[in-house]
Amino acid sequence: MGLILFLAVIVVIALWIIGAYNGLVALKNRVANAWKQIDVQLKRRHDLIPNLVNTVKGSMDFERSTLEAVISARSRAVSATGVQATAKAEGELTQALGRLFALTENYPDLKSNQNVLQLQEELTSTENKIGFARQAYNDTATEYNTRQMQFPTNLVAGMAKASAAELWEIQDSAERAVPTVDLSLPKPPAA
Amino acid sequence: MSETDLFAQQEANRRRSTWLVAGFVLFFAWVGFGGDIAFGLLTRNAPAGSYHHVVPVIGIVATLVAGGICWYAWRFGAERVLWATGAWEVIEPATLEQKQLVNVVEEMAIAASLPKPRVWVVPDEDPNAFATGRDPASASIAVTEGLLHTLNREELQGVVSHEMAHIRNLDTRLMTLLAAMVGAIALMSDGTGRILRVGGVRTSGGDGDKGGKGRSPLGIVVLVLWLLTLLVAPVISRLLAMAVSRKREYLADATGAQLTRNPGALASALEKLAAASAPTKAITLGAAHLCIVDPTGNRFASAEGFLGDVFASHPPIAQRIIRLKGMAYQEAKREGIQTQTA
Repeated sequence: MGLILFLAVIVVIALWIIGAYNGLVALKNRVANAWKQIDVQLKRRHDLIPNLVNTVKGSMDFERSTLEAVISARSRAVSATGVQATAKAEGELTQALGRLFALTENYPDLKSNQNVLQLQEELTSTENKIGFARQAYNDTATEYNTRQMQFPTNLVAGMAKASAAELWEIQDSAERAVPTVDLSLPKPPAA
Repeated sequence: MSETDLFAQQEANRRRSTWLVAGFVLFFAWVGFGGDIAFGLLTRNAPAGSYHHVVPVIGIVATLVAGGICWYAWRFGAERVLWATGAWEVIEPATLEQKQLVNVVEEMAIAASLPKPRVWVVPDEDPNAFATGRDPASASIAVTEGLLHTLNREELQGVVSHEMAHIRNLDTRLMTLLAAMVGAIALMSDGTGRILRVGGVRTSGGDGDKGGKGRSPLGIVVLVLWLLTLLVAPVISRLLAMAVSRKREYLADATGAQLTRNPGALASALEKLAAASAPTKAITLGAAHLCIVDPTGNRFASAEGFLGDVFASHPPIAQRIIRLKGMAYQEAKREGIQTQTA
């Protein structure tokens, strides 16, 4: 009886170790996959920008400096290596694009151009996808980091070669800032 | 931990839903095997040679039939739902609107770390949306044409995030199976009722000459309980399915808000959907509990309190909007604090 109980406990522990180990490995792969997703979307944005620039070039001749800022930001983003540099270059590209889109508002023929609208939708979506990919990466990485630190899973963490995954921080302080909201009421007319 | 905390709310909803599903399964088992127990007890003391109910025939037959129905729903449920609504799949988006829909679905798939579901459009002017499919890999999201016309990009994203949440939480599977269970229980209640009426004549004839001497009183109690259950089973199972569905709607709202980090957009979308209260004709009753808002124009749907709690497949929209706005506030507050400390 005692022996059976002992064996049962051993089997339960072994099953738990297998489960915890596989869980950690699966999470690790999900983190790597989430990181890949960010890359895919960044690449897609780089591919879309030349199209956009060519489409708006004719109508926006006066805004040459804005267009050139987008082009140079893109080439810097394409050639950037390493997490820090990439994040910085991509942040600048986002800002340059934002300025370009703000300017297209001044050109009625651009605003109603189907091609521009399509491209704008594509780039908006790609921006969103980059954001969501980052968010998904951070969520997965946090889950992975928490899991490998928690007791009793931390006992298996070394065996699964788990190490803390780096989170993608927002590089740009402007991006981090919360817009200020002015809630003061308009002054009542003097009575 | 606050009531409107995103993750706490999801955890609580998940637990409640588990209990409801467990209750559903237990109920199912009782309806099947309860009858066998009753007949087993009743015929246990019968003289040798007469009928002894040893093999749980009713339970086995009921389980086989129910299993068959569940299997069918599992395999073909999603296709049937889509087919019934007359939806067509968006493969090559032709207009900017469709392109936007496909993009938003892709964005939400990335946020949820899931493969991109198939995108369908239902030709109906009433704004509504639903998701179906047995697992994330083979899921579908369908929206009506009216929804595309009514909502802006952010609101569309909110609605799609709600549907993506249903897919991620495996609600689409749960709902398809629940619908099948409700159908199976109705069928079983009907079928066993019919068998009893035929078999009852023979049994009572056989018992007549014994004078009921060998009957176990416990057996009679179980039998009466079982017959009662058979009578009310279809109603109760439907109410249970609706209860599960209601909990799942809150959970999907919460998970959707976690995906977009923008609960306000879904709240504003729900406000627009509630304003357009015309029934969605293309969506039939079978898919009603899959939709983002009740497509039937059910008058209990907006009722708060007992009637709304019992007879609606969706929680009152006003209640959902309040919860989402609470989350939006919570989110804004948390972000504000993070910025200050950073």
